[in-house]
Amino acid sequence: MKSSVIIFPGSNCDRDMDVALKKFGFENKMVWHNDAEIPKSDLIVLPGGFSYGDYLRCGSIAGKSRIINSVVNFANSGGLVLGICNGFQILTETGLLPGILQQNKYLNFICKNVFVKIKNKENKYFKNIKKEVLELHIAHNEGNYFCSNDELKSIEDNGQIAVTYCDDKGNDDEPNNPNGAIKNIAGIFNKDKNILGMMPHPERMIDPFLSGEDGSLFFENLIGSL
Amino acid sequence: MKVKVIVTLKKGVLDPQGKAIQQTLNGMTFDNVSEVRQGKYFDIEVNESDENKAKSQVEEMCKKLLANLVIEDYKIL
Repeated sequence: MKSSVIIFPGSNCDRDMDVALKKFGFENKMVWHNDAEIPKSDLIVLPGGFSYGDYLRCGSIAGKSRIINSVVNFANSGGLVLGICNGFQILTETGLLPGILQQNKYLNFICKNVFVKIKNKENKYFKNIKKEVLELHIAHNEGNYFCSNDELKSIEDNGQIAVTYCDDKGNDDEPNNPNGAIKNIAGIFNKDKNILGMMPHPERMIDPFLSGEDGSLFFENLIGSL
Repeated sequence: MKVKVIVTLKKGVLDPQGKAIQQTLNGMTFDNVSEVRQGKYFDIEVNESDENKAKSQVEEMCKKLLANLVIEDYKIL
């Protein structure tokens, strides 16, 4: 299976993602944001970081970069596009995913492990993961997911909520909401479920000695379902 | 010509920075400040002498990049 990770100026999780994808069997290529074409891929990943220094709004400048047209065309033709953290912000800024990631409610940069509950397994990203709750890492200042009430209703009706912040038992209520996100949303799909944006970093949880292995479950499932 | 744009958060959208500024002002004895909303201001130099043309171009810029209409409104001054 072939994957491509797009590097923007200021991306800083691109190499971690490259390591993770290769560890689980992807043949990965790194693609520069100023390229026009993406190599033939089964999966495109927009990695975390601070593309263009988070100028204007997080992800807004990257959302207009040269490579993005190819990403949008790939996504619209049904290709799998995964945006992690800043990648999620970029996906909302391009309009591929609804809503926006605002500054965290309490104005703090949050860097810690969290639990997320998988809300929908009828998709390639979570299909065969046996667990209901995953322990993943978050590191962001703008992860406070927001959308209009109409959009929220449409997201809920279409099963587009992918993961929500919760405790280790899967309670995704207000006390377990780290950043103020509506409905504890940590990640969402587009309507067709081929695009996933999420704030938590699965690529940081692929080593039992350094962190944990719930990210491994994510990548093992992903390559297995392609 | 120069076109000026103000981008503000829509009514009802949480503005934690504005809230922090308001609370700080209250702490500085400006007790009568009941709300602060923070926004962005742009000075855009457009090489265009027709004012209407320039403003309609800037309007496009606002919709496509300067403001995110999910949470923000823009005003061309």
